[in-house]
Amino acid sequence: MDKSKMFSRLVAVVALLAATEGFASGGGAQLDAADIDPGNISSLQRGARNFINYCSGCHSAQYVRFNTIGKYLELSEEQLVDNLMFNADKTFETIKASMPAADAARWYGTAPPDLSLMARAKGADYVYNFLRGFYLDPASPTGVDNLVLAGTSMPNVLWELQGYQSAVFTEHTVDGVTSREFEGFEHVTAGTLDAEDFDEFVRDTVNFLAYIAEPIRSDRRKLGVWVLMYLIVFGIIALMLKKQIWKDVK
Amino acid sequence: MARIEAEVGKPQGGLMKWIDDRFPFTETMKYHATEYYASKNFNFWYVFGVLAFVVLAIQLITGIFLTMNYKPAAAEAFASVEYIMRDVEWGWLIRYMHSTGASFFFIVVYLHMFRAMLYGSYKKPRELIWIIGMMIFFVLMAEGFAGYLLPWGQMSYWGAQVIISLFGAIPGIGEALVEIIRGDYSISDITLNRFFALHVIVLPLALIGLVFVHIVALHEVGSNNPDGIEIKENKGPDGVPLDGIAFHPYHTSKDLVAIIVFLMIFSAVVFFAPDMGGYFLEHANFEPANLTATPEHIAPVWYFTPFYAILRAVPDKLWGFILFVLAVLLPVFLPWLDRARVKSIRYRGWIYKSALTMFVVTFLSLGWLGTQPAEDIYVLAARIFSVLYFAFFLLMPYYTTIDKTKPVPDRVVYHG
Amino acid sequence: MNEDDVDRIDRNRRHFLTVATAVTGAVGVGFVAVPFLSSLKPSARAQALGAPVEVPIGSMQPGEMVRVLWRGRLVFVLRRSEAMMARLPESLADLRDPNSEVAEQQPDYAANETRSVNPEFLVVEGSCTHLGCAPLEDFEVRPAENWAGGFFCPCHGSKFDLAGRVYKGVPAPTNLRVPPHRFVRDDLILIGQDTGAA
Repeated sequence: MDKSKMFSRLVAVVALLAATEGFASGGGAQLDAADIDPGNISSLQRGARNFINYCSGCHSAQYVRFNTIGKYLELSEEQLVDNLMFNADKTFETIKASMPAADAARWYGTAPPDLSLMARAKGADYVYNFLRGFYLDPASPTGVDNLVLAGTSMPNVLWELQGYQSAVFTEHTVDGVTSREFEGFEHVTAGTLDAEDFDEFVRDTVNFLAYIAEPIRSDRRKLGVWVLMYLIVFGIIALMLKKQIWKDVK
Repeated sequence: MARIEAEVGKPQGGLMKWIDDRFPFTETMKYHATEYYASKNFNFWYVFGVLAFVVLAIQLITGIFLTMNYKPAAAEAFASVEYIMRDVEWGWLIRYMHSTGASFFFIVVYLHMFRAMLYGSYKKPRELIWIIGMMIFFVLMAEGFAGYLLPWGQMSYWGAQVIISLFGAIPGIGEALVEIIRGDYSISDITLNRFFALHVIVLPLALIGLVFVHIVALHEVGSNNPDGIEIKENKGPDGVPLDGIAFHPYHTSKDLVAIIVFLMIFSAVVFFAPDMGGYFLEHANFEPANLTATPEHIAPVWYFTPFYAILRAVPDKLWGFILFVLAVLLPVFLPWLDRARVKSIRYRGWIYKSALTMFVVTFLSLGWLGTQPAEDIYVLAARIFSVLYFAFFLLMPYYTTIDKTKPVPDRVVYHG
Repeated sequence: MNEDDVDRIDRNRRHFLTVATAVTGAVGVGFVAVPFLSSLKPSARAQALGAPVEVPIGSMQPGEMVRVLWRGRLVFVLRRSEAMMARLPESLADLRDPNSEVAEQQPDYAANETRSVNPEFLVVEGSCTHLGCAPLEDFEVRPAENWAGGFFCPCHGSKFDLAGRVYKGVPAPTNLRVPPHRFVRDDLILIGQDTGAA
């Protein structure tokens, strides 16, 4: 295989890997694409604020340190303390939930999971659709159910922003078996944000969740380019040496 | 006498001589490198042995560094992996190298084994090399399995649950055996602790020992080649095989290029897709083990899935287990199942060529089916391919006997 | 060009390429070694756990000493009494380094006669400079034994005065180390952060 061909194949493989990174989508309901932009620092900053204001009351992110976030999100120590560290006093602390896990477990029946890795375990699209997927359900103790995770014990903490919505289902009966098919949401009450702004709000939050799930993601991609460039140079020299040495072989 | 002659013939530096008088350093280098002659017509398929060696080195080194921060206790294991990924400087790189290395170990070893099937490398006089190689493969499977429990994620836990339960299928001793493997009534802190011991001490030691023996045995009989010709049967006046070239510098310079190309692919995964879409690092394993809830869809890591698909294709626990074990063990007998007079696929007839092609399709299909949910159509497909898998081995004595082979030349085919 | 020339060119080229490959490979190994060696440094958690510690000193009586841990290392905080401070200049001739000239053993702001920021408060690491044992305090003055009060290491008999200065004729080579510290308020010392730092 000649060098240029080898090189172009390698570039193609890397591009393919980088493009398909993340989820080979795993069946289930059709999910809207979260379409997050990991390189958008201001989106991540807004997401961090949303996370602290709306999530960290109940959910921890026990592996995530404030100073790590601060450095990546280009926040000064002062900004960190003033805007994010409401229940922590040292920047090296990790994100703890305001509510003790035992209380939460008693109130909700299950302890709210830690969110450090949620976006990696479930995928950004899943979290994005979950946060937008609450609909009114009088039968549920929280008054809402979720399209993505039916029977969730989490209440709709974003209802003031989103407003309440109900889900429209159509029922099909095939061979005596009735199945429900989701048609769409209908707004019941308006929230403080319109639909577009709300999606943006959730997108920023999910962007932040995806970032904390693997804080070194952008570092490794940057470093990877250098490593590959080095290996290409090394490979060319080694190939020249091989050809030179193999001149002996008749 | 020979010794004196060698000294006269080759003046040596003081230190080298001092060492050689006490340890056969120069002699060993000659025997295994500068005067180990292997065929000059090695092709693409001949790089995977050295690549397996490279991956072994990567796994050993990264593994040592991981043990410095990993905690083999149920309460701490998951958090300690995240600690490595976040708090330890460069810990993420070391961990990704190790997790990627695990998958690449199997990719490389599967291709290495396939090479043996292409060119009949397991045939006489290399049966023992093949058997030792199969033992390496078994230890590697155990190593991969033990290692997969260590991150203590959902997949770690439930995957181990499923595989360990397999042994419960053995009549009479099954239940007792399972308890001995686990050391508890369920997979627990105790199980994790002993799997750690297996993963970092017992199995790597066995692996290194077997790899050493594998190479010693190989260098005793000499490497096969794509023509399946014994190059030692055609020696020049100097006693060097006419088609052989020294391992060093010829094969080493070639292998170096192969290693670099391999490292490019390896790095591409480590830096750009360490999860590999959920195949190298499964998504459910980013949730800590939860003893009260199985993940919706559970499958072993990809390198076990061909055998797992066979297991699942059988609607009986005991027979599933038996066929699973047979599927893993059968390749051991290849040297005696294969009755063809020629080694290399180049000189075999259409029957073996078709059978091997079908086997590749079967193995890949089983691998893919093993990752899919156990639904009707997949189970049916898995059954068909399971039959084909066993047919490839069990019918081999027959179809390799009737297969028309071509005449094998005296010298290897080499276009400089 | 005859065959010999071709041979020589090839030989030179081969030599050059061998060296080039070896050098490039060595550079690569060097780069790979960096992450592995760096991973051995104190992690983010170790750094968090090793953060500066606060020592409230408001209620300490003259002559009282407290032990605290900073980065897992023992630190003595001694509030010296008037009498103790008065004794400090008495036996300078018996000390190995009375003027704190070994720079690594204290920050600049403690390289003075009392080895302290505030003469009343001595802050030293409780780690003998010989082989790291924890010295014992012995503040009782016993003129008969020629002991003016100070610290005594039980392992190998090293002796230090009330400013942590080592006596002559003992195995310990240098004075006890003064860790970075600062007075946040009159009644609060922060150990692990230098005076002058915000």
